[in-house]
Amino acid sequence: MNKLNIKGSNLKNFKKYGMILTLVAIIIFFQILTGGSLLKPLNIANIVQQNSYILILSTAMLLVIIRGTVDLSVGSICAFIGGVAAMLLVQKQLPLGPVILFLLLLGAVIGAWNGFWIAYVGVPPFIVTLASQLIFRGLAIIVLDGQTIGPFPNQLRAVSSSFLPGIWVNSIDLLSLFVGLALIAFILLSRVFARRKSKKYGIPVRKLWIEFVEALFIIIFIGFLIFSFATFQGIPSVLVLLGILIIIFSFLTTKTTVGRRIYAVGGNDKVAMLSGIDTKKYTFMIFVTMGFIASVAGLVYAGRLNAGSPKAGVGFELDSIAACYIGGASASGGIGTIAGTMIGGLIMGILNNGMSIIGVAVDWQQVIKGLVLLLAVAFDLMSNKKKQ
Amino acid sequence: MSDKILEMKNITKRYPGVVALDNVSFSVKNKTIHALVGENGAGKSTLMKVLSGVITSGNYEGDIYYKNEHCEFKTIKESENLGIAIIHQELALVPYLSIRENIFLGHEHSKFGVNDVYKMREEAIEVLKRVGLSRMPETIVSDLSVAEQQLVEIAKALTKHIELLVLDEPTSALNENESNQLLNLLLEFKKEGLTSILISHKLSEVIKVCDAFTILRDGAVVETLYRGIDEVTEGRIVQGMVGRSFANNYYPPRDSDIGDVVLKVEDWNVFSTAEDKQIIKDVSFDVKRGEVVGIAGLMGAGRTELAMSIFGYREGQKASGKIYKNQELIQNNNISMAVKNGFAYISEDRKVYGLIQMSTIKDNMTLVNLKSVSNNGRINFDKEINEVNTLIEQLVIRCTGHEQVVETLSGGNQQKVALAKWIFSDADIILLDEPTRGIDVGAKYEIFSIINQLAESGKTILMISSELPELLGMCDRIYLMTQGKIIGCVDAEDATQETIMAQLI
Repeated sequence: MNKLNIKGSNLKNFKKYGMILTLVAIIIFFQILTGGSLLKPLNIANIVQQNSYILILSTAMLLVIIRGTVDLSVGSICAFIGGVAAMLLVQKQLPLGPVILFLLLLGAVIGAWNGFWIAYVGVPPFIVTLASQLIFRGLAIIVLDGQTIGPFPNQLRAVSSSFLPGIWVNSIDLLSLFVGLALIAFILLSRVFARRKSKKYGIPVRKLWIEFVEALFIIIFIGFLIFSFATFQGIPSVLVLLGILIIIFSFLTTKTTVGRRIYAVGGNDKVAMLSGIDTKKYTFMIFVTMGFIASVAGLVYAGRLNAGSPKAGVGFELDSIAACYIGGASASGGIGTIAGTMIGGLIMGILNNGMSIIGVAVDWQQVIKGLVLLLAVAFDLMSNKKKQ
Repeated sequence: MSDKILEMKNITKRYPGVVALDNVSFSVKNKTIHALVGENGAGKSTLMKVLSGVITSGNYEGDIYYKNEHCEFKTIKESENLGIAIIHQELALVPYLSIRENIFLGHEHSKFGVNDVYKMREEAIEVLKRVGLSRMPETIVSDLSVAEQQLVEIAKALTKHIELLVLDEPTSALNENESNQLLNLLLEFKKEGLTSILISHKLSEVIKVCDAFTILRDGAVVETLYRGIDEVTEGRIVQGMVGRSFANNYYPPRDSDIGDVVLKVEDWNVFSTAEDKQIIKDVSFDVKRGEVVGIAGLMGAGRTELAMSIFGYREGQKASGKIYKNQELIQNNNISMAVKNGFAYISEDRKVYGLIQMSTIKDNMTLVNLKSVSNNGRINFDKEINEVNTLIEQLVIRCTGHEQVVETLSGGNQQKVALAKWIFSDADIILLDEPTRGIDVGAKYEIFSIINQLAESGKTILMISSELPELLGMCDRIYLMTQGKIIGCVDAEDATQETIMAQLI
């Protein structure tokens, strides 16, 4: 018994590090192939801005996946929200603030629509959200009358394509440096405390050298981001939004009763129900959250396109689902982390970006992304089988 | 020719870090029923895996002789071809196929790849008659009861012209009546010349039908007893299995002050909208503080449905009637309400309804009452871990720590986690559904002790069990239930298995 458990945790570690190693390998691979363009400050900002909406979607998509369900409609919701935004902001010239509030609410209502059919009527999520994919894609085209409508007010564009003002000294942004160093200090300190606490309760802790390697990795990773931002144009505004969402969702999934119950409902909904948890309410609320976040992503993407387009968001649902799976979430529910999902999203994003730079055609990009997803999940399954 | 159909000599099987079988020698006489008993993890299943070829030759040490021929099985098919079949505890039938299709799955009669349905049908009818199952071969397996499915498995084995049948816990999901039928069938087969190996936890059954008994403990043979030569008693077998004797009484004594009526249920009716029939009819009963009250009944009598509906379970069913707690009328219209009212329900099926198998001990234990270790929705991990560790110590849960995943625990320890979960919820009315199903003898004793402690601390306990000795040993009173109705109540002290069975059938 003892033996088996240790073996299991080794595999879990291996899986976790496997993911990080994959990310590092992909970065090095494309850094070489692109002749160093991949990690240029300009391109780093690009990667962040290009992937922000997928990463934003993935935060809530992770909850959907942990629940053991799936949402295929988020791409269409993004397009629909962008379309309604174009109608209200460009055609009707309504004020930005109230419109954004309305659109966020609209996203939540669309999520409630999905959640109602899934949680309370019992229609399989795959079917409900496939229907919604068609419905909201159609509605997006209707709202936009089949056309691309823009441009948006500057403030909306700013969210997705501008940078924080920063404090510039000798063309170095001190704000980036300060924020980055604070972040590194925060992460390292919280790890030291977590380790102490584990020791106090006799929870097995990892070997010290592993902790050091991981800390080094974090310092290099964030340090490099700081350097890129500080020497280019500062912190991309959308990173602030993404950062806030990551903090909220990490906290939710790891530290709260609600998070614990989401894992429980996804791990085994019958057990959760017999433990007095209102599983239907949780399922419903997860889809409401997904709708809300889809609306956020829709607005960010609309801002980046600077227009509402009927073709916006095609394939977003698949990219965000893939991010969760590559990040170690289980297709049958109950397992998954925000950190893993973000790494999964970055793997996909850097693959996209790197392949575009070296001029791989879009069709081949799809093939390669598909293979990466397949291998990631196959590896996950095989390591689980070994565990048994 | 020797009278031994099977001889396994000096079988040793090592897993990394564990010796699962340690020089085990096991021989079975022709045309007998041989019992293989031992606690979970004693090596019974591993031994049968070696026999059937699941563990292939070369991966174990030792020799197998079947009908005096040395065998080295590389696949299950090879052992099957020689006439050895194993029926596992978890039935391996395809639920959406018919009886006939299941029986011939993998060895269909066919001409040029086209199934010969009529030939298979005829043979199926014949073999179903042999196992005593009066069903059309076209019946879909998911429409059958567990007992009937078991018979289909046996029928499937019979069509393969087997001579040695291994049954792994065949009666664990059957009630008394069904078990007896199955055991009689084995005796019948013995007359026809079939040899069986029976793995079972139910020692009374084993003693009733078997001719020889091999007891395994920690991967080694303790002893093999033969009927007519050795004195075979339940006590001796249990002692061999656990390595210590239970001083006469297998059920630990309880010293509880029985108080006032805590739970009173009146005119309880449950109508299943899914099956369109009434499953509980006018049930009334009561349980006092510190009392352990049993519900006896055959499978399908509605015991689980009764307990779950009182616990607020309403999926596909409607319930009416009155529930009183301490003379006060309460509403258990859903599970959240029942939990708030201090009810607990511990399911017979730990895997599906009891515990989240992929989660840790800690996460499972605090799931119901997470609120008590959190402030404003934020979990206080210090407090949570302390509480969980206390319970692990209190109930003597054998684990590597609170972070161990429940899936890797033994059945007995899993059941303790399930009990701990509801002890932590501070429930005072505990509904136990088959609390010892699939749990080995030593752990059963511990579970009984925990139940006693709960009763002694003033909890009110309702216990459903298919094993009458267990009810007689543990309960103060036993309600008898058939076809959704309660037909009587007996004092456990005056009742016997025979008097109860007479009323139930």
